Amino acid sequence: MSAQAAGTTAAGTTTGTAVGTGRIGESAVRPDGVLKVTGEFAYASDLWMEDMIWGVTLRSPHPHARIRSVDIGPALATPGVYAVLLGDDVPGRNAFGLEHDDQPVLAADVVRYQGEPVALVAADHPEIARQAAKKIVVDYEPLPRVTDGRRALDSEAPKVHPDGNLVRHLKIRRGDSEATAPVVVELDFEVGMQDQAFLGPESGLAVPAEDGGVDLYVATQWLHVDQRQICQALGMPPEKVRLSLSGVGGAFGGREDLSMHVHACLLALHIGKPVKMVYNREESFFGHVHRHPAYLHYEYGAQPDGRLVYGKASIVFDGGAYASSTAAVVGNGGTMGLGPYRFPNVQVDCFGVYTNNPPCGAMRGFGCVQAAFAHEAMMDALADRVGVDRIAIRQLNGMTEGEQNITGQVIDSAAPVSELLQIVHDLPLPAPVAGEPDLRAMPGGVSNTTHGESVVRGIGYAVTYKNVAFSEGFDDYSTARVRLETVAGEPLVTVHTAAAEVGQGLITVEQQICRTELGVDRVVVHPKDTSVGSGGSTSASRQTYVTGGAIKAACEAVRRVVLERAAASTGQAADSLRLEGGKVVSLGGEVVAGLADVVGDRPVEETVEWRHRPTEPVHPETGQGRAHVQYAFSAHRAVVDVDTELGLVKVVALDTAQDVGRALNPSAVVGQIHGGSAQGMGLALMEEILVSDGQVKNPSFTDYLIPTILDMPPMQVQVLEYADPHAPYGVRGVGEPPAISSGPAVAAAIRQATGKPLRRVPIRPEHIADC
Amino acid sequence: MRITTTVNGEQREVDDVWEGESLLYVLRERMGLPGSKNACEQGECGSCTVMLDGVPVCACLVAAGQAQGREVLTVEGLAEPDALHPVQTAFVDAGAVQCGFCTPGLVVAAADLLRQSPRPSDPEIREALAGNLCRCTGYEKILDAVRLAADRLAGEEVAR
Repeated sequence: MSAQAAGTTAAGTTTGTAVGTGRIGESAVRPDGVLKVTGEFAYASDLWMEDMIWGVTLRSPHPHARIRSVDIGPALATPGVYAVLLGDDVPGRNAFGLEHDDQPVLAADVVRYQGEPVALVAADHPEIARQAAKKIVVDYEPLPRVTDGRRALDSEAPKVHPDGNLVRHLKIRRGDSEATAPVVVELDFEVGMQDQAFLGPESGLAVPAEDGGVDLYVATQWLHVDQRQICQALGMPPEKVRLSLSGVGGAFGGREDLSMHVHACLLALHIGKPVKMVYNREESFFGHVHRHPAYLHYEYGAQPDGRLVYGKASIVFDGGAYASSTAAVVGNGGTMGLGPYRFPNVQVDCFGVYTNNPPCGAMRGFGCVQAAFAHEAMMDALADRVGVDRIAIRQLNGMTEGEQNITGQVIDSAAPVSELLQIVHDLPLPAPVAGEPDLRAMPGGVSNTTHGESVVRGIGYAVTYKNVAFSEGFDDYSTARVRLETVAGEPLVTVHTAAAEVGQGLITVEQQICRTELGVDRVVVHPKDTSVGSGGSTSASRQTYVTGGAIKAACEAVRRVVLERAAASTGQAADSLRLEGGKVVSLGGEVVAGLADVVGDRPVEETVEWRHRPTEPVHPETGQGRAHVQYAFSAHRAVVDVDTELGLVKVVALDTAQDVGRALNPSAVVGQIHGGSAQGMGLALMEEILVSDGQVKNPSFTDYLIPTILDMPPMQVQVLEYADPHAPYGVRGVGEPPAISSGPAVAAAIRQATGKPLRRVPIRPEHIADC
Repeated sequence: MRITTTVNGEQREVDDVWEGESLLYVLRERMGLPGSKNACEQGECGSCTVMLDGVPVCACLVAAGQAQGREVLTVEGLAEPDALHPVQTAFVDAGAVQCGFCTPGLVVAAADLLRQSPRPSDPEIREALAGNLCRCTGYEKILDAVRLAADRLAGEEVAR
């Protein structure tokens, strides 16, 4: 059975046309681009079946409470309602989670955050389901709550889980713990809770199957980790729980955890009909994890010339009510917590804690974002203290290739900290405001709050580094199946991976790699599903590297078979032949045979499971170890105009330089850098989920603001390509670094303009204005 | 209730519409036109932008009954069948599409901008598209796409 988006494409068929051009290094256009501009592309929320039923979720209004009783009678009696389900209706284990399965599918006895799912309702119209859900009577006994991450480890703090509130404590110790220095800078920082705010809401369609299993069409970042968790909750083997990726409207980490996946499957299996669930924006704010709020205390010791002697940091990540990926976020926030600088002596303590706040997990930049606001402000503070230029102090202390970072790992490919800073420093600056300014370019915009009076310009810099792919010994792999066949007399390649396309352009790169390796123009990207092995997560900037590596390897395996066939039929040695332009050619370029003829009616198909270089867990007492696969570096320069009376900020320019190893698709690389820069700027200036005593105050796009096209400045982007000799084609992950260094640059620019310390982000008008 | 409206030049009639339904819901769930997107359903993101009697509106904020007897143009009807509007082509060529969830609303809004102002300045483009949120692109390539579409449309004018 296949689901259809109303009048359009089949569910899961989210890729697009086969014929295209573009090999690696070219800006090939997206195969799904035309479908997306015409509205034909089938996102998860567009899926539709004739007899489908709508599911909705009832969520807890309390941040911490015991469920005394639930009465579903009035809801179930509502005309049009098919089912009302509770935690007791979960047939398998009522628990899921990425790293620890500590989160109930439906809360059975205790709710630990506001918005925790308690019940499900299915009805033939979404509004009937919503109204029926309101008739469910839940008797809650509120419990004491802990909602300040800094208090979570106090002995008197209420326990969120029976084992206490510590998720992870990472210790990093290096050099002399008693080291002293003539210059000491010590500061505290705070980072608010950011939302991924992907535009496509959580959604999917679960279809009960004749074999008693279920087919789920869903928007996600990692089909196989979803499948594992769904199977556990349903008590079913993987062959009965089949997932297909439907169109994904952005992700940014927020789709790494389950949302409606198990819920829709439960309802569909219970009713025996397809069930669709689509969150609205308010529910979306409650339906996925957020970026961890963080509290950071830093102390640096340095020589009078600015050379760093020691770095100490204590960082607390508020993980909220469930673990999600908090342990890994702590790993990143700690191991990269002092930024891309040389520290002889190090003492870092990084904590992830449970509270009764909304659960936090993956978001673009993953632990490094919060730390970067601190380590970059520290470098500025140190520069000012010793009287050294802010670029110069970073270049003086910046990491270089061949050096060890604070976990003792040798940086064994390019580490162009100094060069990236120099590039952004040397880029042309925007013109100063002159004459009667265009209001649209002023802080406050067409609100007409200033014509330039009280407006001060500031410039800020930041540089960061970020790990690529999964770390600390994780078995991180991807699977690719590549098939070469002859169709209508022409060679055709089909590439099949389960790696999620979420908008970043992986499917374009998949085609480009196949075209390059096999010399074939027509490449079909097979719909993404669990009928092929795991592609790993679309996160950690890893897919071009890891799934790209798997596809390259699978193509090489196919090519070997084809060239051996060609060698056998032509009498030439296989290693003297290559594939180009749909032909088998000699090394001299002479056509030996048509590829379609060599393949004939014997398709060649190879499946490869590919791994990057292994990493290792860090030492439990010292944090030393080869924790990460690869590091990616970026720098930003922000120019801001600040209305110092009203505290309004206009970012005038946001320029960046980044080493991408090798740009497989230069246009897509720049697009990632633009988008990441915008998200980093958003956190610096406006994006925060306001949580008051465990209650979310702004779950809407009216009150949670993300940058608009009026907020964004023009961006100059300089891309460096220092190939990483350890990575396929030399690639370096691209997606995350720009989201890390842009925000600290904006914050630094506002500090420079205002002279205020501004140790918390987002920076609000009331932090700037003298009021 | 029954709603009769002209959508993309074709008269459409739908029955059993609940009074609380939005034009967006009717388009997506009752007429088989899911091109208009449901990112916020509160008029903040512009992903459901359609033309109602020639004026761009958020379909999520229009009650279905308000569309009675009126003309609606959605992204599905922006170009002739099997063709692309120059704005659509420019979005693909300029790399202005990533996840694409904002794209249908943006191409409808951008096409309306270029109809009214064939050679908009950058501040004009920014002001016209300020009601359309995009989370992927940082808007740089969206600006590129609108400029490219304006250039191409101007080229067509000259060719004529």
